[in-house]
Amino acid sequence: MGSKLTIEEVAANIRKAGRHVNQSEGLIFEKSAPGKRGMELPPLDVPAVDAAEALGVNFTRDEIEGFPEVSEIEVIRHFTRISTWNYAIDLGMYPLGSCTMKYNPRVNEHVARLNGLATEHPAQPADVSQGCLRILYDLQQCLLSITGMDAATLQPVAGAQGELTGLLMIRAYLQSQGNPRKKVLIPDSAHGTNPASVVIAGYEVQNIKSNARGQIDTDHLREFTTDDVAALMVTNPSTLGVFEERIAEIAAILHERGALLYMDGANMNALAGVARPGDFGVDVMHLNLHKTFSTPHGGGGPGAGPVLVKKILEPFLPVPVVVKKGERYALENVRPKSVGRVRAYCGNFGVLLRALAYTLAYGPGIRQATEDAVLNANYIRKNLEESFDLPYDLPSMHEVVFSDARQKKNGVNTMDIAKRLIDYGFHPYTTAFPLIVPGAMMIEPTESESKEECDLFIDAMRSIALEAETTPETVKTAPHSTRVGRLDEVAAARKPILRWKP
Amino acid sequence: MMESIGVASVDELFQSIPEKFRLREPLQLPGPRSEMEIIDYFQARAAENSVGYTSFLGAGVYRHVRSVVADALLQRGEFLTSYTPYQAEISQGTLTAIFEFQTLMCQLTGQEVANASMYDGSTALTEAVLMPQPHVEEIGYTTSGQIDSAALAKANLASAAAVVVQSPNFFGVLEEIPALADAAHAAGALLVTTIAEAASLGIVRPPVEADIVAMEGQSFGIPPSYGGPYVGVVATREKFVRQMPGRLAGQTTDGSGRRGFVLTLATREQHIRREKATSNICTNEALYALAATIHLCLIGKEGLRELALQNVAKARFAASELEKISGVRRVFSGPVFNEFVLEFPRSVKLINAALLREKIIGPLPLGTQYPELTKRGLVCVTETISRAEIERLAAAIKKVLATPV
Repeated sequence: MGSKLTIEEVAANIRKAGRHVNQSEGLIFEKSAPGKRGMELPPLDVPAVDAAEALGVNFTRDEIEGFPEVSEIEVIRHFTRISTWNYAIDLGMYPLGSCTMKYNPRVNEHVARLNGLATEHPAQPADVSQGCLRILYDLQQCLLSITGMDAATLQPVAGAQGELTGLLMIRAYLQSQGNPRKKVLIPDSAHGTNPASVVIAGYEVQNIKSNARGQIDTDHLREFTTDDVAALMVTNPSTLGVFEERIAEIAAILHERGALLYMDGANMNALAGVARPGDFGVDVMHLNLHKTFSTPHGGGGPGAGPVLVKKILEPFLPVPVVVKKGERYALENVRPKSVGRVRAYCGNFGVLLRALAYTLAYGPGIRQATEDAVLNANYIRKNLEESFDLPYDLPSMHEVVFSDARQKKNGVNTMDIAKRLIDYGFHPYTTAFPLIVPGAMMIEPTESESKEECDLFIDAMRSIALEAETTPETVKTAPHSTRVGRLDEVAAARKPILRWKP
Repeated sequence: MMESIGVASVDELFQSIPEKFRLREPLQLPGPRSEMEIIDYFQARAAENSVGYTSFLGAGVYRHVRSVVADALLQRGEFLTSYTPYQAEISQGTLTAIFEFQTLMCQLTGQEVANASMYDGSTALTEAVLMPQPHVEEIGYTTSGQIDSAALAKANLASAAAVVVQSPNFFGVLEEIPALADAAHAAGALLVTTIAEAASLGIVRPPVEADIVAMEGQSFGIPPSYGGPYVGVVATREKFVRQMPGRLAGQTTDGSGRRGFVLTLATREQHIRREKATSNICTNEALYALAATIHLCLIGKEGLRELALQNVAKARFAASELEKISGVRRVFSGPVFNEFVLEFPRSVKLINAALLREKIIGPLPLGTQYPELTKRGLVCVTETISRAEIERLAAAIKKVLATPV
């Protein structure tokens, strides 16, 4: 004590060296110190118990080793700091094709948290749940109107669960006709969840090739639609962002052989208010409320995947079904032909509620949202056509798929261009999907973006195309502006470290 | 913009949709409504629900304390409005939080690995035991409210893939996990345990002997919200990690050696494996995994234990108060966390109808699911229920039972 430290000694004692404290934030476990906590409980107002005495010594645990002990401000700082490492719709355009990253209205967050909605228990009696039930019923009516279908279940909590639910209903329906059949047809442009759901539902996958125009080949389809086929799962508009022009003929081919048409509604943002799947022959479909209906993705969920069906499938809907009898709403649990439950209680009510808020905000004006989304996609397409290769030149709807064919000559691929977009302040587009386009670059601007934001994106993309010609290394080593560079995914998979250890 | 594209009207952009399928009329939809009107609509709906009622319902969904801190952090746009963290360089916030969530779930369950979350507890269990066309054999319960181990011993476990057990179970009773694990393992079957009331893990011994744990994490700071969204989790042993469903965040480094996190072992998943994937699930519930993570960090090691003990104390006090009522008795003798089953001298539905008039949502009637348990109800008492509310319930039931049917 007393003696002055040399400058070297001072330097050696600085722990938080770095650009900014935000950039060197560790894990919460590394901040933990004994005795700290960030939240207090009200004092116990009944006689206290001794755990071992109350439960038996064999049923009680010791303290949880390594569990966090941090203060309130430490928790706030930790999560605020790490939040700044995320890109988000609130920061800028998020042109992830097929994901429909549109603005998530804040009023939806507000109403989802209201006392009397967030607080309600799913097993409480219908007498004190009329508000919740009406929300579910009103949403159902809106979705039926938008899709032109006859009946709905709001229970599935994600698109993939909607697919599985729809397939189980198809199976139950065909079984009731005497034979559940064996196969489900899947176009090669489909989302990966489609074939995965088919297998979980107990069917075999039969892949169907797209034709040279990227559409379902109806001759090919006719050949594969045998008496063994239960259904075709089609995404319309397809994952190329193109409407299946022969959708009515496709439906007719299936229906002639007693098979059903399933529509993956992932791309409904191109159709809402403009055309209805129920009108063009779809028997069963799901919607992704976290896409078309603006509920926040939250870093990967929650979502909701309601399933809408034609009359013939209505008896097979999962239970419970929300019904209106006179002025009263109720949950109907006894439905003998139902496929049963696909999730506990009524599904992701909090997500469903937000989707209703979104629909109420637009009303019939939802058509304008669709038109703006399609306009934005076509504007971007027109302005990037000179810089990037367009493998299928059919009219685009809400998204456009380019390929990296031109840039590849300089060793720059779709992933490199995507990573370079980060340096220009944008989230990457969807890379390498759909699988039928080698080096795919799938861009979906949504209706949320202004012309100004679309122009900035176009400028960024053109600039990267130029860089790919002149300074390809800059693109191949991007991003250059982020807290961490490209991460070693091979090492992560080879020796997985999946949790923190002291 | 239209000029630049070369179209005269927006309608031209929709020409690939066959004419006859293009809508002529506006859709029949309510709206458009302004922000104020939207709030009015939902406030009116909220008023038609149970505001002002005291509820004794549990059964997989629990009211526990929640901090406004967690909800405020959750609403940061960087968390709320981001996508699945496939682009790791600009998703380190979500990925770091998921890695912390996975760690917390391992610490709580006593397992070696946990995934980034599942839809909820009910679907997490389904995924844990997922197989085509499973044959299910149900094992009964005893007077303790626990699995009938004699019946389990007589069952043909040798042909069973797994024994599945919930603890605390639907009756609120804790199961003897070590003995069940021995029985399953001796026959070459796996033990899968499911936990619907995760707050129990603050004091209850974790199922370390289980091979797979499927859990509902709603109790960790997530509101009941009439059934969802919640957060499920699957935790297991390291050796099963490549069969695990759902996303996983893993630690790695960038070119300069800085620590970072990525989604890893994706070769199990549908977007890579398609029909050969271990599950069709694409989504997790990242936002609510984050909610649970923040909540657990706030409440911390000591707080979680205190909360769990408060639940045990409240349930015990409530049971003793209710048992004092003539004709009311406890049904099962096994140890309970915060739920217990009571037998009443008349139909639980009738009692509940009367309680509802007193603004009390009474016990869950068990007769619908278990015909042999008519006149039995499941009571849940968490730390959010005050002593006065318990006493009010007891007084109200006493009054109902004193009134002739």
